[in-house]
Amino acid sequence: MSDAPIMVSGLRKRFGSTVALDGMSFTIQPGQVTGFVGPNGAGKSTTMRVILGLDAPDAGRALVGGRPYRSLPRPLCQVGSLLDASALQPARTARNHLLWLAHSQGLSARRVDTVLEEAGLAAVARRRAGGFSLGMRQRLGIAAAMLGDPPTLILDEPFNGMDPEGIVWTRAFLRGLAAQGRAVLVSSHLMGELQDAADHLVVVGHGRVIADTSVAQLLAAASGDAVTLRSAALARASAVLAGAGATVVATGPDAATVGGLTTEAVVSLLSRHGVPFSEVSAQRATLEQAYLRLTRDAVEFRAATPEEAR
Amino acid sequence: MSAGTRAGLVALVHAEWTKFRTVRAWVVAVLGAALGVMAMGLAPGENGSCGTRGPDSACVLPVGPGGQEVSDSYYFVHRPLTADGSLTVRVTSLTGLLPAMPTDPTAPVGTRPGVIGWAKAGLIVRASTRPGAAYAAIMVTGAHGVRMQDNYTGDVAGPPGTVTATSPRWLRLTRTGDRITGEASADGTRWTTVARVRLPGLPATVPAGLFTTSPPYAQTPSGLLGPAGAETGPTRATAVFDHLDGKGGWSGGPWTGEAFGLPDNAPPLMRGEFTDTGGTLTVSGSGDIAPAVAGATGLGTTVTQTLIGTFLALIAVTVVATLFITAEYRRGLIHTTLSATPRRGGVLAAKAAVVGAVAFATGLVAAAVVVTLGQRVLRDHGVYLHPATVATQVRLVVGTAALLAVAAVLALAIGALLRRSAAAVASVVVLIVLPYLLAISVLPAAAAQWLLRISPAAAFAIQQSAPRYPQVDNLYTPASGYFPLPPWAGLGVLVGWAALAMGLAVVAIRRRDA
Repeated sequence: MSDAPIMVSGLRKRFGSTVALDGMSFTIQPGQVTGFVGPNGAGKSTTMRVILGLDAPDAGRALVGGRPYRSLPRPLCQVGSLLDASALQPARTARNHLLWLAHSQGLSARRVDTVLEEAGLAAVARRRAGGFSLGMRQRLGIAAAMLGDPPTLILDEPFNGMDPEGIVWTRAFLRGLAAQGRAVLVSSHLMGELQDAADHLVVVGHGRVIADTSVAQLLAAASGDAVTLRSAALARASAVLAGAGATVVATGPDAATVGGLTTEAVVSLLSRHGVPFSEVSAQRATLEQAYLRLTRDAVEFRAATPEEAR
Repeated sequence: MSAGTRAGLVALVHAEWTKFRTVRAWVVAVLGAALGVMAMGLAPGENGSCGTRGPDSACVLPVGPGGQEVSDSYYFVHRPLTADGSLTVRVTSLTGLLPAMPTDPTAPVGTRPGVIGWAKAGLIVRASTRPGAAYAAIMVTGAHGVRMQDNYTGDVAGPPGTVTATSPRWLRLTRTGDRITGEASADGTRWTTVARVRLPGLPATVPAGLFTTSPPYAQTPSGLLGPAGAETGPTRATAVFDHLDGKGGWSGGPWTGEAFGLPDNAPPLMRGEFTDTGGTLTVSGSGDIAPAVAGATGLGTTVTQTLIGTFLALIAVTVVATLFITAEYRRGLIHTTLSATPRRGGVLAAKAAVVGAVAFATGLVAAAVVVTLGQRVLRDHGVYLHPATVATQVRLVVGTAALLAVAAVLALAIGALLRRSAAAVASVVVLIVLPYLLAISVLPAAAAQWLLRISPAAAFAIQQSAPRYPQVDNLYTPASGYFPLPPWAGLGVLVGWAALAMGLAVVAIRRRDA
């Protein structure tokens, strides 16, 4: 357990009167892309900075492969990271930016050319990074993270500023990394970006974990209690289902959303009463909807707090 | 240090060097710094007349027994002394004339009564009449009491006080073989030995007698904005002697008077004279018997002058060194650096090594060029250049390189402490460059000396090439290449600043969140 790619335990940190981290704890596994999601200010970046030894927590600890990051002799060969794609010296070329990083880890210039190729930046390698679009900078940041061929990657909002093509490329790239057995932690404040990319989610708000779940479980939970019904005899169907304790909300002349019953129960009830229907299906929530639901609860909790305090 | 740590440090320095060389503006600034030093060192802002008007116009100073260049001019009233003997005399008066600066700058410089501090009158024995020959002398001075001096640099204080008719001074000089003893007395009966010196190889017959001389006057009139140039001019002293009494091997015959060592074109004020009215001898003279100095009261300049452009390199090198770290904070690149190298002290050390080495190399090349070629250029322009030993020239070149290197490290540390480019660059310029510029320009001498003792600019002392002689009045100002601290002590002040700032910076970068 302690040798997990990343283990974060009970992190607390304040910046003045602002609580940034309030008992943040989670673990990520190899071979998975873990989405690290939450609204802006939820503590995602601070957590990543603590993991990378940039910020010191007031309490708690963060281990990388069972060791504090600061004790790693060649950290980029353990953990590749991208915190801020714009953190570049604009006058330096893309290749020279990677070159100094490579030298700091005792890596060769050949490795630099390899990651430039992988990130699709070979053609602009000798151009000044100052002229790069945000999307190109993100790619350069990913190339830098890959420099040490690390088993673990930490990427903070890598989709920011990317065009649709870049987003597709990055998703595929992240999936490929996980398929190679690497552990990938990707933060985002937009859950939609992580659709089809993340296997696991750590949802955070107010400096702590709200949900730590696989994507499949989260979707199932968010979708579980709503069934779409399509029937020419909607009034009868409603009466039958309401009689069984379900809530039925009409969404059209022949369509309704049924709550409180599973699809199997709806089908069996309607069949037993001879009510015709053309469709009974579980509503598939999108990741975005599931996430909004989670964070809405967190927002409501925050809004409720002053009331209680009164 | 383990092998792994050492390898890590090498990798770190390699990384920081790659960072440095891949930002063209920094490389250009450093090369520009070297070119600036060379341009200022090779294009002298001054011209002289030495050697520019044919062979006869070459400036040649006498060389004393110690090998250094000397002033050797005075009014000399002498007779040959063979073998041992002594001469005793009473000095009853030492007066003089100083230049009077007219309030109207176009009016000719007049004179006013006054004795300059190092006006000298007394008894002298010298090895020969060759300029720069060995000598020993006992004398009264304008403001420094009785002194026994020898061979231009030797100087021993005797009884203090000035000479007046009511408190005259008796002086005695005794030769025994190659030993000369100087004595002083207030009443002619109770004598005090001031000093005994040895003049090896002193010939049997030597010229000896009375002398009077008075060195040039120099002053910086201090205005509201500090010194406004230097007022200089020749002075003249007049001494009245009586009770002259020679014992031993003095030849007979009259005393011969001559203005010794004066150029033919010397102004009338400097041409001395002597009268003998019934045993009272009045001797007037001008000049000095002392080490030759560069600057206001001397001739020409020193090799330090060739390094006048150092401050340009200092600005460029310290600004680049500051930006070498503050640019990373500005862009957030410091996060990348510190996640690549969590050993933060090591990061600062590697950065210091890189900016230090770059500044050292820049300074070494630029200083070597100007110290060698710059001297030739100055001489070609007729400026008299006091020769400096090879050791001194090497110290100037290596010291200038070290000054830039240590200043770069200090600037880096300030950058690491303040993190913001504008604030750090401003602090670096105010702390390191400004004290030097103020000290060589507008500051009054006392403030300039004070600043150059405690500020990082104290390190400019490493560029001083000419010694400062207490027995020669001169404007020993930073602008003319004289600094208050000894060379290595001055550099040590800067090293202290850099060490302190680096220590604070290492603590700060370790403790702070990046």
